[in-house]
Amino acid sequence: MNRDSLLTQLGWLGAALALALVLTVLVTLPSGAPPLKTIYVLFNGGVGSLSKLGRVLAGWVPLTLCAVGLLVPFTARLWNIGVEGQVIMGAIFCTAALRPFDGGGALEIALAMGAAMLGGALWALLAGVLRVFGRVHEIFSGLGLNFVALGVTLWLIFGPWKRPGVASMSGTEPLDVSLWLPRLGTLSVSWVGLALAVAAIVAIAVLLNRSGWGLKLRAVGENPKAATLFALGPRRRLLQSFAICGALAGLAGATQVLGVYHRLLPAISSNYGYTALLVGMMASFRLSLVPFICLFFAVLNVGSIQLPLQLGLDSSLSGVIQGIMVLSLFIIQGLRLWLKRRQEAD
Amino acid sequence: METFGLTIAAILLAGAPLVLATLGETLTEKAGIINLSLDGSILLSAMAAFAVSATFDNPWLGVLGGMAVGAAIAGVLGLIGIYLGQSQLAVGFILTLLSRDLAYFLGHSFSRQPGPDLGLWSIPGIGDVPLLGPIFASQSPVVYLGLAAIFGCWWWMYRTEGGMRLRAVGESPRAAFGRGIRVRLVRLYYCLAGGALVGMAGAAYSLAVKPGWGRPQGCEGAGWIALAIVIFGGWHPVRTALGAFFFAGLQVSGIYLQEVFPSIPAPVFQVAPFPMMILTLLAVNMGRMGWVQDIIRRHPFLARFSGAWSINAPAALGQDFDPKKGL
Repeated sequence: MNRDSLLTQLGWLGAALALALVLTVLVTLPSGAPPLKTIYVLFNGGVGSLSKLGRVLAGWVPLTLCAVGLLVPFTARLWNIGVEGQVIMGAIFCTAALRPFDGGGALEIALAMGAAMLGGALWALLAGVLRVFGRVHEIFSGLGLNFVALGVTLWLIFGPWKRPGVASMSGTEPLDVSLWLPRLGTLSVSWVGLALAVAAIVAIAVLLNRSGWGLKLRAVGENPKAATLFALGPRRRLLQSFAICGALAGLAGATQVLGVYHRLLPAISSNYGYTALLVGMMASFRLSLVPFICLFFAVLNVGSIQLPLQLGLDSSLSGVIQGIMVLSLFIIQGLRLWLKRRQEAD
Repeated sequence: METFGLTIAAILLAGAPLVLATLGETLTEKAGIINLSLDGSILLSAMAAFAVSATFDNPWLGVLGGMAVGAAIAGVLGLIGIYLGQSQLAVGFILTLLSRDLAYFLGHSFSRQPGPDLGLWSIPGIGDVPLLGPIFASQSPVVYLGLAAIFGCWWWMYRTEGGMRLRAVGESPRAAFGRGIRVRLVRLYYCLAGGALVGMAGAAYSLAVKPGWGRPQGCEGAGWIALAIVIFGGWHPVRTALGAFFFAGLQVSGIYLQEVFPSIPAPVFQVAPFPMMILTLLAVNMGRMGWVQDIIRRHPFLARFSGAWSINAPAALGQDFDPKKGL
């Protein structure tokens, strides 16, 4: 199979984007929203000012951490749908680690991040163990554990960790300012978070493409039976891949607690786990594309906050557009395949 | 006796949408297609059903609207998954997220608005019959729809020629193709039919079980439970329906437990079915694990119970079929 030229590839990508635009307009027609104005509000709300760009980057950090982590189990052909719950568990462990302290510095923050990675990894391992030793498909265990993690958060916020006097959806008592991640100038994104996300991209790139471990994991994904025969230890490797992904998701939870909300609240994960799965599918799980798609999706998410304020629309439009974009890509890929087969048949 | 009957009535009502959704998915999966979009489909069709019935002031038109939306989503999955050869799991998952967000986006103007619901039906004269009285004296029509669907699906699958074709394309598409069955078309039909039942489940939520529309509606997560119940029920309509009522029983008992343990916050009980879902899947799949089978082999009397564990997924479930590749 010879690869298409760059121009052809770009042409297909353009077709996918055009299809996405048409489908979005079609599907959102019943809402009566003016299409051009909606798109303007959406993008102006995302990139219109420096402070908005700061918020975009603040969303890019956890989304990238999750999406990059997802590449690891996917290399072994595993669907870690539980990444959302792993973000939540990371946030819970992060908050738990900080509860003994009134204030602190870099050491306490590093400890909280370590705890968050542990929490995310343990939650991911639970889904991995259920898959490897209990034959429960990781889609169901992961999803179930997402809901359980949400239940644990709600129980903590309304129970043992409730604010004195009031227990509400607004979350736990805020952290002391000394425990907040330092900001990048006046922007709402922390340079620590940005550095962590970039480090994660580099680390996963090395792990998957430049290490023997990554090569063997790929072999396990391509052919588990052969992997068993060649003593590649597929079970151990599958569990490790889940743990690595969970640790990064947990770290994403920590950046939400330490850098964005400064407390634990029910919506702490902001759906980044599910969005990261869409990013992975859109990138066809190619690492080089992931950071850019994450950036684009983060712009949509931040921009959509303006929709209810300016146009009286629900902010879930960003999710609709993201979903339609990935779906359009799948349709165009399928059409390419279909055309190719027809040419071969002729 | 009276409270027992009322509890049964509550379980039947809570289970009705789950029954409809699981039967829809069973039909689809029997044909060899996995429709993972259930959770979003239920939500979007619940919204559509409520919007249609509020606009036209007719709840039964709403049910039809919900069914149309459910079938449309399944149709998208069918076209991309069957004819364009893309991963059914991936497309289904995208569709579930997409439909959920679409439901919240399009339903924005209908949130917390008044609208008609399906009301209650009573069978004349049944009120005085012991046990059946409290269950059916005033029961939602969706319960009857669910019960009729159980029988209908069983009868269609195992007593008609159409059902035989359905099972054939799911078990052995090549053999079916050899017999002159248009495999892909049959699969698309059952995708649509299953989706319509899932849409009916959505309508059952917004027009009967949890009347109204809002964010959240209250049926979030039901689709994932339904998907697990299909496995629990071993792709048999009667067994999946029993599984659906079992989970509905858990939900109803969650409400009672809330009264027993008032110190535990209410939202915690809403997630209770999910660990149960994982545990039942574990129990169902355990029988096929190597080490469990070793134990069964060493203790022959255990083998008598292993029949209850054995589940048979349609052999070609989730697999592509391309007639051009031939037999």
